[in-house]
Amino acid sequence: MARIAGVNLPNDKRIEIGLRYIYGIGPTRAAEIIEKTGISADVRVKDLTEQEVAALRREVEEFVVEGDLRRRVFSSIQRLKDINAYRGIRHKRRLPVRGQRTKSNARTWKGPRPAKAGKKR
Amino acid sequence: MPRSTKKGPYVLESLQRKVERARRGEITEIKTWSRASMVTPDMVGLTIKVHNGKVHVPVYVVENMVGHKLGEFAPTRTFRSHGGMKKKRAPGLT
Repeated sequence: MARIAGVNLPNDKRIEIGLRYIYGIGPTRAAEIIEKTGISADVRVKDLTEQEVAALRREVEEFVVEGDLRRRVFSSIQRLKDINAYRGIRHKRRLPVRGQRTKSNARTWKGPRPAKAGKKR
Repeated sequence: MPRSTKKGPYVLESLQRKVERARRGEITEIKTWSRASMVTPDMVGLTIKVHNGKVHVPVYVVENMVGHKLGEFAPTRTFRSHGGMKKKRAPGLT
């Protein structure tokens, strides 16, 4: 089991996929990292050698990842809230921030629909 | 697409003049309709009254606002909540 960037323990998936379990690393970065380390994308995480894991760890460190990234995202949002910008207000009200419609949809932010009167029969 | 950096930030010329005059203490109140103007570092510490379509909303400019547009701080819509809607604070990023 490889441990990269703190608590991340991917399983017996291919490294290309396993790397994406790290917050901040998606398909693009995973491919980039593998390219740079020269490891085959098809190797399972459990079959990695110590040196390979170390090399991956070094490459992952190039990026802001996990806790640091979460903190950065949070503080950017906090900044918007503090200065009372339109986007900050939308965050405070838990409504979509980027101008989406809210007459319908926007359920991710608004949560489950409130119960409507007379809907049950 | 953002504005080209070559042009620099957009600030309505008359607003820029007012900001300079306010810095020198010649005027105490800046009213503007120019919501599209960007907040520049020399506006920090001033209170600018930004039109929201109805009235001028006083905006006290702090350093963090630099780079945003004035309009972002003067909401144009009033929403007085629907009846029976409960406030929710779901867990998550915010």
